[in-house]
Amino acid sequence: MTQINQNKRRRRWHIAVFLAPAVLVYTAIMILPLFGTLQLSLFREVDQKQIFVGLDNFRILLGDPRWSDSFWNALWNNTWFFIIHMVVQNPLGILFAALLSSPRLRFSAFYRTAIFIPTVLSFVIVGFAWKLILSPLWGIAPDLMNMVGLKSFFEPWLGKPEYALTTLGLISVWQFIGIPMMLIYAALLTIPDEVLEAAECDGITGMRQFWKIKLPLILPAIGIISILTFVGNFNAFDLIYTTQGGLAGPNYATDILGTFLHRTFFGFQLQIGDPHMGSTIASLMFFIILIGVSIYLFGIQTRLRRYQF
Amino acid sequence: MTSKTLSGLLLASTILGSASMAFAQDVTLTIESWRNDDLEIWQSKLIPAFEAKHPGIKVKFTPSAPTEYNGALNSKLDSGSAGDLITCRPFDASLALYEAGHLAPVTDLEGMKNFSSVAKSGWSTDDGAVQFCVPMASVIHGFIYNKDAFKELGLEVPATEAELYAALDKIKADGNYIPLAMGTNDQWEAATMGYQNIGPNYWKGEEGRLALIKGEQKLTDENWIKPYQTLAKWKDYMGDGFEAQTYPDSQNMFTLGRAAVYPAGSWEISGFNNLAEFEMGAFPPPVPNAGDPCFISDHTDIAVGMNSKTANPEAAKTFLNWVGSDEFASIYANALPGFFSLSDHTVAMEDPLAQEFVSWRDKCDSTIRSTYQILSRGTPNLENETWNASANVIRGTETPSDAAKRLQDGLSSWNDAHK
Repeated sequence: MTQINQNKRRRRWHIAVFLAPAVLVYTAIMILPLFGTLQLSLFREVDQKQIFVGLDNFRILLGDPRWSDSFWNALWNNTWFFIIHMVVQNPLGILFAALLSSPRLRFSAFYRTAIFIPTVLSFVIVGFAWKLILSPLWGIAPDLMNMVGLKSFFEPWLGKPEYALTTLGLISVWQFIGIPMMLIYAALLTIPDEVLEAAECDGITGMRQFWKIKLPLILPAIGIISILTFVGNFNAFDLIYTTQGGLAGPNYATDILGTFLHRTFFGFQLQIGDPHMGSTIASLMFFIILIGVSIYLFGIQTRLRRYQF
Repeated sequence: MTSKTLSGLLLASTILGSASMAFAQDVTLTIESWRNDDLEIWQSKLIPAFEAKHPGIKVKFTPSAPTEYNGALNSKLDSGSAGDLITCRPFDASLALYEAGHLAPVTDLEGMKNFSSVAKSGWSTDDGAVQFCVPMASVIHGFIYNKDAFKELGLEVPATEAELYAALDKIKADGNYIPLAMGTNDQWEAATMGYQNIGPNYWKGEEGRLALIKGEQKLTDENWIKPYQTLAKWKDYMGDGFEAQTYPDSQNMFTLGRAAVYPAGSWEISGFNNLAEFEMGAFPPPVPNAGDPCFISDHTDIAVGMNSKTANPEAAKTFLNWVGSDEFASIYANALPGFFSLSDHTVAMEDPLAQEFVSWRDKCDSTIRSTYQILSRGTPNLENETWNASANVIRGTETPSDAAKRLQDGLSSWNDAHK
């Protein structure tokens, strides 16, 4: 017996071989830089020399009003950016998926493609296109609103501190709504017809069927989408940077953690880059995302009921 | 077996590689720059002129976008992949590069003799002992206006603030032109073409700038708040939705003839000459009261230095010496009207708009932007905050005195002279 066991164990080397490429690449380009960032955040540069300061950079970032004001502003903006996605993008994605999966809808393949296409566009194109659309000078938005008599409601949204972030949030929703839609759509398609037929026999049809049967069955997919949205939003940077620039104007109203990190780490105009404070911000972003994902994994996912067919 | 073949091949290629180097002797210098607008001029005028005189040295101009330049350059320098010649931003950005050992000192270069100490101030250590970049050009702030529109409305070129607002009022009443082509979306125009443009007349140029650095004046003093109070009035003269109007929007608005006055920097001249189909004129920032002495922002803007890790230091030095020559000054100033040579050579310029700008040097005192030297070294960064405050003041979301107080508080929090 022992002989066989040993043989078995010895033969398991192929697992290591197959894992090796992924582990090596992932370690080299993700895990090492991550620890490098965490390490940088514990040091400070004084007279061209790095000195160890422990958690002092974190104390400054959270305690010194010169840094903490920007940090809390960025964190709140980021949270608002996330809320917009959770409130607008995901429910709309579910709605579109539900409509698409309806067998009576014609041209569903066309709608599916049309809604998904913005997702594959580059941020730069999306940002530029929307900036043009909403431009008070050459944009088509003011003209279109004029045609339906709503011109008085037009505002230079991207330039007003009170609207800019919400506008950018909605642009980002426009771009990424295809992802929740596709995931939910796929989840809806996996619901077996027998279940739905049984429901119909019990007299549960239409909206009630969606709420009572389909929604509980796609909850795990919604959970995954929420966590993807969370991670994506708290890592967001590109759209804000391409439309509003490095200072995330107007008046830092669109400054999120990503732009704050970029400005601090790489510098901006006369501001010299500070890799150590930048890494401190990056580390906090990492912890925020880690905590969010952990809450989901241990608090929510374990409680989700899964159905096997 | 295979490894032997491979190493053999590698060995052969190194030998062949170095051999070909030895034969050709061509050295290629790469220039890092943020002036991607100038690519054409470098390739068609400056580089051929240099290469004609210096056979064996090839030059490559590889610009990146202005907003990304500083960040990209720092990363390239840290990783050792930066070009041989580095275009230098003025003051602290380049000083930091020198202190980090990325820029080689150029104090003793032959070509450096042709520059005054003011010209060199942007690229010297704080004590002025060492220079690390060869000055190339400065830019002058003022206002460019649509001469046809002024003629049509019977307007005189304003010399005082009151005259400027009277002219803007007339343009607004007429309604055919937007009085001021500027937006606050990108923020920097508000600070650079707004605050730093009109400001020197209030803080008396160098006198106020140096007093601010020494801590003898504060941003909350009247002569530093006044430019903000003037800026706050601009809102009424800017186009609909100026809050979301970007810098290219403003440029287009003016060159399409839809606006009458453009708060400008002289670097616009060459671009505008290509686009505008009307005659343009320029006037310096109007003085508060008739007869006041005038001050202009004649900002040391661009220089070029040598990467201390360059493989071709001799060729790079040859190039830098050429940058200090009158040949370079003359080609550069004429190819890029609006970038005025900082060297002592007398350069004849052909562009009338550029001549107008440079003529102000004779009747007004020159200064540089107030936030650039020393004052933007800390957190919060005074330059960034000035962008933000100027845009806020123009939008009307912050009062001039609040903005000034916020800037002063930020400056006092880290600058010893202001504590």
